Amino acid sequence: MDANGATTSSADGGGSNSKASSKKNSRKPKYSRFTQQELPACKPVLTPGLVIATFTIIGVVFIPLGLVSLSASEHVVEIVDRYDDSCVPPNYSNDKLKFIQNADTNKSCIRILPVPKLMKKPVYIYYQLDNYYQNHRRYVKSRSDKQLRSKSAANDISDCTPEDKTKDGPIVPCGLVAWSLFNDTYGFSLDSKMIQVNKHNIAWKSDKDHKFGDDVYPKNFQTGGLIGGAKLNSSLPLSEQEDLMVWMRTAALPTFRKLYGKIDEDLPANKKIQVEIQNNYNTYSFGGKKKLVLSTTSWIGGKNDFLGIAYIIVGGLCLFLAVFFILLYVIKPRPLGDPSYLSWNRTPSGGQPN
Amino acid sequence: MDSESVETFYSVESALSSSSIRSNFSIQSKASGRNSIREVNFGDLGSKPVRYGSHGAGSETYSISMSQREINDEDARLVHINDPVQTNERFEFSGNSIRTGKYSILTFLPRNLFEQFHRVAYIYFLVIAVLNQLPQLAVFGRGVSILPLAFVLLVTAVKDAYEDYRRHRSDRIENNRLASVLVNDQFQQKKWKKIEVGEIIKIYANETIPCDIVLLSTSDPTGVAYVQTINLDGESNLKTRYAKQETLIKIPEKDNLTGLIKCEKPNRNIYGFQANMEVDGKRLSLGPSNIILRGCELKNTAWAVGVAVYAGRETKVMLNSSGAPSKRSRLETHMNLEIIFLSLFLIALCTVVSVCAAVWLRRHRDELDYLPFYRRKNFSEDGEEENYNYSGWGLEICFTFLMSVIVFQIMIPISLYISMELVRVGQAYFMIRDTQMYDESSNSRFQCRALNINEDLGQIKYVFSDKTGTLTENKMEFQCASIWGVDYSGGKAISQDQKDGYFVKVDRKVLRPKMKVKTDPELLQLARNGKETEEGSHVHDFFLALAACNTIVPLIVDTDDPFVKLIGYQGESPDEQALVYAAASYGFMLIERTSGHIMIDIQGERQRFNVLGLHEFDSDRKRMSVILGFPDKSVKIFVKGADTSMFSVVDRSMNKNVIRTTEAHLYSYSSLGLRTLVIGMRDLSTSEFEEWHSAFEVASTALMGRASLLRKVASNIENNLCILGASGIEDKLQQGVPEAIESLRTAGIKVWVLTGDKQETAISIGYSSKLLTNKMTQIIINSRSKESCRKSLEDGIIMSKKLTTISGTTNYTGGTSGAGLTPVALIIDGTSLVYILDSELEESLFQLACNCSVVLCCRVAPLQKAGIVSLVKKRTADMTLAIGDGANDVSMIQMADVGVGISGQEGRQAVMASDFAMGQFRFLVPLLLVHGHWNYQRMGYMVLYNFYRNAVFVLVLFWYVLFTCFTLTTAITDWSSVLYSIVYTSLPTILVGILDKDLSRRSLLKYPQLYGAGQRQECYNKKLFWITMIDTFWQSAVTFFIPLLAYWSSTIDASSIGDLWTLAVVILVNLHLAMDVMRWNWLTHAAIWGSIIATFICVIVIDSLPFLVGYWAIFEIMKTGLFWLCLLAIIVAALIPRFVVKVLYQLYVPSDVQIAREIEKFQTQTESGAVEIEMNSILDTPRR
Repeated sequence: MDANGATTSSADGGGSNSKASSKKNSRKPKYSRFTQQELPACKPVLTPGLVIATFTIIGVVFIPLGLVSLSASEHVVEIVDRYDDSCVPPNYSNDKLKFIQNADTNKSCIRILPVPKLMKKPVYIYYQLDNYYQNHRRYVKSRSDKQLRSKSAANDISDCTPEDKTKDGPIVPCGLVAWSLFNDTYGFSLDSKMIQVNKHNIAWKSDKDHKFGDDVYPKNFQTGGLIGGAKLNSSLPLSEQEDLMVWMRTAALPTFRKLYGKIDEDLPANKKIQVEIQNNYNTYSFGGKKKLVLSTTSWIGGKNDFLGIAYIIVGGLCLFLAVFFILLYVIKPRPLGDPSYLSWNRTPSGGQPN
Repeated sequence: MDSESVETFYSVESALSSSSIRSNFSIQSKASGRNSIREVNFGDLGSKPVRYGSHGAGSETYSISMSQREINDEDARLVHINDPVQTNERFEFSGNSIRTGKYSILTFLPRNLFEQFHRVAYIYFLVIAVLNQLPQLAVFGRGVSILPLAFVLLVTAVKDAYEDYRRHRSDRIENNRLASVLVNDQFQQKKWKKIEVGEIIKIYANETIPCDIVLLSTSDPTGVAYVQTINLDGESNLKTRYAKQETLIKIPEKDNLTGLIKCEKPNRNIYGFQANMEVDGKRLSLGPSNIILRGCELKNTAWAVGVAVYAGRETKVMLNSSGAPSKRSRLETHMNLEIIFLSLFLIALCTVVSVCAAVWLRRHRDELDYLPFYRRKNFSEDGEEENYNYSGWGLEICFTFLMSVIVFQIMIPISLYISMELVRVGQAYFMIRDTQMYDESSNSRFQCRALNINEDLGQIKYVFSDKTGTLTENKMEFQCASIWGVDYSGGKAISQDQKDGYFVKVDRKVLRPKMKVKTDPELLQLARNGKETEEGSHVHDFFLALAACNTIVPLIVDTDDPFVKLIGYQGESPDEQALVYAAASYGFMLIERTSGHIMIDIQGERQRFNVLGLHEFDSDRKRMSVILGFPDKSVKIFVKGADTSMFSVVDRSMNKNVIRTTEAHLYSYSSLGLRTLVIGMRDLSTSEFEEWHSAFEVASTALMGRASLLRKVASNIENNLCILGASGIEDKLQQGVPEAIESLRTAGIKVWVLTGDKQETAISIGYSSKLLTNKMTQIIINSRSKESCRKSLEDGIIMSKKLTTISGTTNYTGGTSGAGLTPVALIIDGTSLVYILDSELEESLFQLACNCSVVLCCRVAPLQKAGIVSLVKKRTADMTLAIGDGANDVSMIQMADVGVGISGQEGRQAVMASDFAMGQFRFLVPLLLVHGHWNYQRMGYMVLYNFYRNAVFVLVLFWYVLFTCFTLTTAITDWSSVLYSIVYTSLPTILVGILDKDLSRRSLLKYPQLYGAGQRQECYNKKLFWITMIDTFWQSAVTFFIPLLAYWSSTIDASSIGDLWTLAVVILVNLHLAMDVMRWNWLTHAAIWGSIIATFICVIVIDSLPFLVGYWAIFEIMKTGLFWLCLLAIIVAALIPRFVVKVLYQLYVPSDVQIAREIEKFQTQTESGAVEIEMNSILDTPRR
């Protein structure tokens, strides 16, 4: 396939070589450690000692790390409440779609969440969606980051179909992602006292500062034939619409959480929190689950034992391997660099041909 | 020459090989090829277009076929001398301007693109990029998808443009050079590009010839011109060209020189030319000795005048400017199979994705219209509901399939081809720069002429070597002579009294031969005594024959001492040179040679002999002869040639004793490894001479079959000879040959020697080069019929089996082949091979040869050499290497998997046909054992690593697709996908492919058996491929699923986790490489750690662009501990299996290479001294 290139280049090389030869008297290559491939180099050889040491070190490092991660995960207090089924009134339970699509039904729903342990502030409020493919190709591509950033790019809607424009002009923010903005709301009260939900700084600072323009205002949003989700306050610039920013950071996996807000007070143990949910968002059409999550946080993030367990397994395995190799070394050692192990020395009838 | 011309050799060969003699032709081209006449012709005797001689079959057969073709009018070009207008009016002859540049400014873009897209890889790139432009399939951004292709195209285009610019520039310089051309009866300066066919051109000494010209006259009264053809064929000795007597006398400015030249159409054969010239009503024939080709330089001749016959691109040198044939390396051939596996795997992945997508679409078909993340219905158009971006179920599947091809495209590692080319260039750089492969005596470096078979050097199993010039130096030295049945071989050293050698005084100036020859004092005395005694007269005739019967041209060179001049003998055959120098030392000094006479200084007395006729050497007759007219009007013919051919024309009735003793001497000479020639003579009676003369005249002016006619004339006169004696010439073994052969054999390489020499000579060289030992049993096959061949082969097989089974070893055991107690050597001659090759006996020959540890083929013709190579090549999967220096090795070099040319004495044809060229045979040891081993190991590892590297990335993408409704979303950004194989991971693998060394040069030379690793294909085989692929699977799964599980139901967004995957894959892949690097020098460190750092920088830069989705993601995720924990876990967990397997293998199933590495690491201090000495003996001795 590359015959042509190779031959021409080699022919050219030959030509220039012969020219060089006529210029110089001696064509002896100059000696340098580089050209003779003798650069000083380190030649690692896997000695048993090195191998055992490697495994021991990995084991010694990984097991504590695993334990620390596990304990961090253990310290996270998490309340998860799936409400999509329970928040449908019994008379609609056979036709949830009708309930959710009907604008007149009462969507509010009260949930009581017991607090198992003291939850130190800040307590993060998430909504979790299951079986919701925010990473679907059609969905991910259906947005216009330029439009979000600056007013002048309002017409940059080529990627946004089918939510690109209405009769009145381009939709800002356009695209399926913005259109399907989550619109359930939660109100929390503890002992009949409202808990303040802090919805500030739930989005990334970088999004607020650079990605979503402070001169871009929602326009024609959710005015089309089909309402996908939340409406936006058209008097606020996008740079202040933090729910939108959180939503537009499309999730990587089909089961995801999105930050809804923060509760800046401790939730005492064994108390019951009452949540009033406005169950607006339609996940019934595709069997998605909705969950409300209250969680404290740790350095490892949310509650997730996987990594800790993984670390302990890997660490344990390494320690086991270290022991295994020690045993192997003791039982069946092989002297390193013994010429008698060379294949031509092993065959009895072998020997140097003369 | 390409394979096509090899085939034409075959056809010519088979056409001519009806008789066994014929197919044996040029069997002796080595033994007595030195006394050949090649382009020498004598103007008054007519010319002979056939170029016979040591340069063997390649050109030989070609010119035979040329000479047999009559120049028909339609095949001819008519050149009117000194009348360019008339010459060019009927035919469109090309002007003399040349254009080696490929492109003009206008044609550059289309032509260059067209040429680049000849590569399949680029077409693959292009198809993928085009697919990606379709809106339904746009996986990557449009710009991103074109980027890699555009980059590669641009780089190549810039390189091509630069090279073309340089060619244009050199063309311009060349075209604007000046030459003097006869215009209006005056020589005027004219630019080369303006020269037209038919014009008369005058060239002065040391000038380059502007176009192919037919000589008309020269400054030399006899019409000789000397040219150097170094630009044409690399031979630095001067060649003689002759002007025709008829044109010689004319002065172009005064005599209105007109005439018509009828010559063949332009062709590539630089050794052939056939034409007729009509001058003054006379018809003269022209041959290759009458034409000077473009690119030659005029030397030792004040001026020469010629008429342009071929100009510009029709000159022979331009027609010959093409590169070496390209071969494909074995590893690459194997690799292609694995690429097919990968393609199938790619198709499988894409099928999985599209089937899953189909199932998903089917299952959700009722929901698709309103599904928030699908939304098939578009309501934005006025009330109308229509499907948006959905073309039906079937098409969606089809699109998904194509999209997955686009996403997973790097599964087919296109970048591998580019990396491999770069690596090979790098490897070639180091091979060329290796000081241990530099030949001081010829001042030549190692040359890599083929850039795509470096790694084959590490897998050679058979080496086919030429003898003369390859194993031996091809510097001939006269050693001994047998004259009239008396052996004179006492010349052991140059004795003190004749230290200065023989010299003659001319005009108070001392003339001395350039080279001194050891002389036998007794013989010297006899020679000095002159013809008084009978013995003396025989000696006289013998040396006269040596001095006269050749085509050597003496050249007198000044020295620093104004009174001393050196006489050098220029000739194309080293044997002849040796003989003439010897004759000079014994007082028969050839002083002058012109077309009609020679001047020989015999013991201080100048004598002039008329050269009445000369029969060139040809490989049928295997002899040459010269007819001399003596000052006393007697006419004698002197003949010299190979013993077999000579004894057949010797008059057996005379001097039986002399013949017998001479034969005995010949036998003893050749068993000493000397090259022998027999010299004979005969007096010619006047009638005989007249008869011959008329026949010769007829033959030499014949237009049809001139060559065979001349051969016949020669055969008729060369008979009933009286034998004068024989000469023995030593062909010195090249330095380090025995050690090199021993190393190669220890390395498990079978060395076969294929030579044109006599059996005795070949065997003696075999002993002196340690190819043969006294322990060996020799099976010799000299058969004269097919039946006897069959029988001796069968006997041989039985015998060799017996011998090898007694000793208890089979010869197939890798590195220890031939290590049995009774090794067997097979010696077979060319005549037997005639019956064996291309017949059903081939198979038994192969079997027999496999049982033998040494195979020596003597008296083989060039084509038989190729036949033997192909015999082995056809029947085994083992790699073959052919090494040779002469034109007779060309076919063998081209036939073998790897062809190595020795840039030695015999011109450059072998080098031109070779893949690698070097100065000495012994460089084969560092070339194969060191560089070959390294190249193979590096390339094998690199290919596997590249497969792994791309597959692991593709699999990570694939796993993610399973979690996105099979819609080919990539969490990893488009830019990272594209940069992955260009920036993130390419440099380390290329650098490791160029620089990594598993073992040091010293260990590789100390244990040649380590070469077996390549022969056994230890570094690249199917097993390794599949193990690598399983490892790839595991590593990709770890890379993907650890973050997946760690971030399941978390707030992670696609860009952040994509960055994590990107970094994890890149670090993993680079650490994987780091784990396998065997020698860490600073460049390796820089490349590997640099790549990882570069990746971080690139990811950060990509995430700092606000218009991309992943803006700032990397900074957000790097703040979290989970990110770093994931990264660490991925790398450790992914690499553990590989590490464990590697350790277990290295500790408990160690390969030889592994043990040698350990020896190198732990025992260097203790053994370094001993190794140093050993190395010196093998390698470091060349310093002279």
